[in-house]
Amino acid sequence: MSLGLTRLSLEDGPATREAFGDALAALGANERIVVVDGDVNNSTFTNKFAERYPERFFNVGIAESNMIGIAAGLAGCDKIPVASSFSTFLMSNAFDQIRMSIAFPNQNVKLVGTHAGISIGEDGPSQMAIEDVALACSLPGFTVIVPADGPSAAAATKVMIETDGPTFLRCGRPKVPVIYADGADFHLGKANRLRDGDDVTLIANGIMVAMALDAAEALADDGIAARVLDMHTVKPIDIQAIERAANETRGIVVAEEHLAYGGLGATVAMVVAERKPTRLAFVNIGDTYATSGTPEELLAQYGLTPGAITDAARRVLKD
Amino acid sequence: MHARKEDRAELERIARSLRSNIVKATTKAGSGHPSSSLSMVELVTVLYFGGVLRYDPQEPGHPDRDRFVLSKGHGAPGLYAVLAEAEYFPVEDLMTLRQLGSPLEGHPNMCRLPGVEASTGSLGQGFSIAIGHALAGRLDGRDYRVYVMTGDGETEQGQVWEAAMYAGNHGVDNLTLIIDRNGHQQTGAVDDIQPLDPLDEKLRSFGLEVRTIDGHSFDEVIDAFEWARSVSGRPQAIIANTIKGKGVSLLEAEQGKWHGKPIPPDEEAKALAEVST
Repeated sequence: MSLGLTRLSLEDGPATREAFGDALAALGANERIVVVDGDVNNSTFTNKFAERYPERFFNVGIAESNMIGIAAGLAGCDKIPVASSFSTFLMSNAFDQIRMSIAFPNQNVKLVGTHAGISIGEDGPSQMAIEDVALACSLPGFTVIVPADGPSAAAATKVMIETDGPTFLRCGRPKVPVIYADGADFHLGKANRLRDGDDVTLIANGIMVAMALDAAEALADDGIAARVLDMHTVKPIDIQAIERAANETRGIVVAEEHLAYGGLGATVAMVVAERKPTRLAFVNIGDTYATSGTPEELLAQYGLTPGAITDAARRVLKD
Repeated sequence: MHARKEDRAELERIARSLRSNIVKATTKAGSGHPSSSLSMVELVTVLYFGGVLRYDPQEPGHPDRDRFVLSKGHGAPGLYAVLAEAEYFPVEDLMTLRQLGSPLEGHPNMCRLPGVEASTGSLGQGFSIAIGHALAGRLDGRDYRVYVMTGDGETEQGQVWEAAMYAGNHGVDNLTLIIDRNGHQQTGAVDDIQPLDPLDEKLRSFGLEVRTIDGHSFDEVIDAFEWARSVSGRPQAIIANTIKGKGVSLLEAEQGKWHGKPIPPDEEAKALAEVST
């Protein structure tokens, strides 16, 4: 999918949902892994696991509440359940079940929400998870991951399975440019610094990382050195990386494919406010639902573009 | 199978002890759900002391244990009373119910109290969790059984029927649903708010084997669990008709008015005398 990149020519790779599905199937020899599905496995790509390990795959039908409860019960018997659906049906439909049956008792369930954000395109706002990161971050004890591309989604899947505790992994529908062509060095809670710079810091996750890199190129043409951080883990957030950015650059832009409230921007702002106040600007969907359209049209319409990031960086530096 | 006379006397003694502790703990706490706990006493007494559940309080996490999930989490004082009787923790701890620092929280917390198989209190979720336990047992080739108790009002929750549909369609037969049908919910009678009948036919149509019993008759409760174990190929549901506040005349007289209310201290002695005989 074109992300409106004008400076970089990154090859399209797999969708993060597909990279997750492949990685999960590859990890399937671990017999503790079980998968529960709300009858969208050919969209979330858990069908790849199902084909190889049908005895450990449970399609519960279109019933997310029951899906989450069953996952919680499996976790209570030492399984590592992966519950996957469209992110909005997973996080919004079953939120109380996630809160009560997973978060509160700290069950080792892995929630994987696909088709996140507005880049799903034509299916429209009923299918678009734009509140999911806020909901997941609001749950005590949850780890929240938003990978930028296929290799990092695969790496995140592996780390998620290997790490004990409830986790939300957010994946997207469209094929996305590959940033980590040589494989992702993925450490939970540790941002990847993809580009150095001392003027301004661009913090992004998901599809916004490629846009931030593109924006950094454009800023360089104007003599502005932008640092780019892939903040793939929203919770626990990399406080050190943010504090360094606040100390070493003159301001921070935070870009995410999510509402303004409760996601990456809000989390970064909390750290900045407490540790080292600095100028901030935000690129996100704001406080609105989107519409149908092509992914490219929607990203442009709702201001998720490299140009929006460069504009935000210039605003930060002007003050 | 009917309990032998001496066993039966022991079950009756335990039931009296549970009722007494339910009353004392909730009155001391000054809050809680004694009436919802009193209705389930014979059911949990038989589960834990009538040879139904396989468990070891010394090893509460043993992988082969049977599981009991209290989905109607507000019945916590009843669960705690039977767990204390089963020596998961000292009976004296019951008097710390709902106090800061006590693992005996207002609703069950599996992370803090051994013997609690699921954290509950948001109604409708325990049946699904129990299915997860049952499926894990099948995967691991373990022969444990899973029991889950809901309230009758709780079956107004849609998730209960999602779970019933799944358990029925997939023949999850190492799982028994117990419905403590005390007929009342927070603001009144279930029949006035959201009538459930024909509850047995509904459950059957979802693929469960169903038996309806008097939930205060030890003979019927014992027989029902024996029957449940004998069923293969389908999950079982035991609809236990019970009385909310069973054993305490104050509560039984106005069953719709005592939900979530402890017995006042000045009524406690009379209530304790009633449940002790």
